Amino acid sequence: MQDSPPLIALQGITRVYGQDETEVRALDGVDLTIRAGEFVAIMGPSGSGKSTALNVIGCLDPPTSGRYLFNGVDVAGLDRDQRALLRRHYLGFVFQGFNLLPRATALENVELPLIYKGLPRAERHARAMRALDQVGLSGRSHHDPSELSGGQQQRVAIARALAGAPDLILADEPTGNLDTHRSVEIMELLGQLRARGGLTIVMVTHEDDMAAYADRIIWMVDGRIARDTPTARGKSHAV
Amino acid sequence: MLFETIRLALRAIARNAMRSILTVLGVVIGVAAVIAMVTVGQGSSEQVTRDVAKLGTNVLMIRPGQNTMGPRSSVTSERSFDLGDVAQIIRDLPQVETASAAESRQMVAVFGNINHRTMVQGVGNAYLAATDWPVVLGRSFLAGEEQAGRAVCILGQTVRAEFFGAANPVGEKIRLKTMSCEVIGVLDSKGASSFGTDQDDTVMIPVRTFQRRIAGSSTVNMIYVAVREDVPTDMARSAIETLLRDMRRIDPGEEDDFNVIDMKQLATMLTGITNVLTGLLAAVAAVSLLVGGIGIMNIMLVSVTERTHEIGIRLAVGAQARQVLAQFLVEAIVLSLMGGILGIMLGLALAAAAARFMVIPYTPDPLVVLGAFAFSAMVGVVFGYLPARRAARLNPIDALRHQ
Repeated sequence: MQDSPPLIALQGITRVYGQDETEVRALDGVDLTIRAGEFVAIMGPSGSGKSTALNVIGCLDPPTSGRYLFNGVDVAGLDRDQRALLRRHYLGFVFQGFNLLPRATALENVELPLIYKGLPRAERHARAMRALDQVGLSGRSHHDPSELSGGQQQRVAIARALAGAPDLILADEPTGNLDTHRSVEIMELLGQLRARGGLTIVMVTHEDDMAAYADRIIWMVDGRIARDTPTARGKSHAV
Repeated sequence: MLFETIRLALRAIARNAMRSILTVLGVVIGVAAVIAMVTVGQGSSEQVTRDVAKLGTNVLMIRPGQNTMGPRSSVTSERSFDLGDVAQIIRDLPQVETASAAESRQMVAVFGNINHRTMVQGVGNAYLAATDWPVVLGRSFLAGEEQAGRAVCILGQTVRAEFFGAANPVGEKIRLKTMSCEVIGVLDSKGASSFGTDQDDTVMIPVRTFQRRIAGSSTVNMIYVAVREDVPTDMARSAIETLLRDMRRIDPGEEDDFNVIDMKQLATMLTGITNVLTGLLAAVAAVSLLVGGIGIMNIMLVSVTERTHEIGIRLAVGAQARQVLAQFLVEAIVLSLMGGILGIMLGLALAAAAARFMVIPYTPDPLVVLGAFAFSAMVGVVFGYLPARRAARLNPIDALRHQ
């Protein structure tokens, strides 16, 4: 795993909101390298910039300055539509609030990114079903989100992130709205997917128990990386 | 992709069915109004053209006085014609097929205990020939009856129905003022005139009878001239003008104290007026289309706000700005096209009803229908663009946070 090239390389990334007196430096010179196949947890107190970091890595938000190499290509200067293409083809998102379309079935939700990929209906369908199968929800494909439990909704969201066959999954407090039991299920699912598919996962969390599923924990304070340490699990991987 | 977008739009519209119907109502009413106005207007123009065809386009009308179309000043100050003038026009002008005096007056006709107010016209057989108005029952005037001014009459269909129903009136007597008048014939049905009056509501008597027994004078205030088929009406017209100037001893440089009206010109003018009116009414109706469009814009703005979170999700999974734009634009266009189609159907139905009521031809114009369709699509584009652009410009992070 040490031999794989860096999937993500942030060099001196800053993200500044507002101007002059109201200026907030959400990221203040972040250097970070994440290799393909890693499972990284970002932790830190609220306002430390961990969500901003995730949004920048997920190309939802452009950095104010610095270099961001994704697979060796500088993507820091991309415009909105180019970032959209990058998200479409290489990234998948899982959010705390699930962010499913409320009046669409689980299957339709999973198909959503595939529509923008321009896949024909039949293929969309097949790939979405496969993704639902991977998260163990193929039996619920025609249920609306309101008919599913929180854990199931989050699994639909994970299936949606998987359906586009991304290189990287970005998870923002994926267990934040779930009880402990469901949280563990979700984390185990993410761990399995990573192990099986060679996915890279970057997750923001404030729960130590969840962070323990990662290989590596990055501690952020005031827009900077304060610590970057491998977990017990990470060490065992490295050995 | 376009198909997907349309399907998506239909779903979004169906989801808020009631709201969509109310939104679309503005466009429905606007399109319906325009379609109805234009169709009825075209029907009226068509009616005028047909009326003139019925009159015979080779008919000229001569009236005393200068002003052709406007209200005439007092009739007494004008030099009217007499029957000698009519005879001379027929005798001296080879361009003229025939000519007839035509006097008329509104008065009450009586049969038994029925009183009926109608238009009594003093004419000759030549008038019936010039206006292509045949007698379908009985006979027209005999030469002797015209010469002597006998008390005989020919009834229009409306008067006949009023007095006699379906029975044969020939040989019966009706009363005009104090004159008892024998019915000798019934005219063919002619329908409404361009001005909306019922032309069949009439009683025709010989012009001499009219002068002696009704008007009490020998003046003639209207002469109908039928021009020969092979002669252009312009030529006949100038021949008549020259002859009349000569007869009435009008010096060169002095203006005519009579005027000659070409029915064809009259028709052109009437059609022109109808078209202008139609255009004005359609323009007013188009304003309601504008209002309908603003309604669509309003509801699309509401829709974008309501669906901000959805837009955020779509952006996060990789939708580009133009795809979000297309989604909302297509929704607006589908909405206004639905309104357009409903409006076209409603408008055509209204026009058909109005045409039946006004007794004018119902002439739906495919070009107008197509135009209305295209225009309602345009309303969707114009008024859907702003909300769609607002949706497309949303920041994905803010949109995702929006609940």
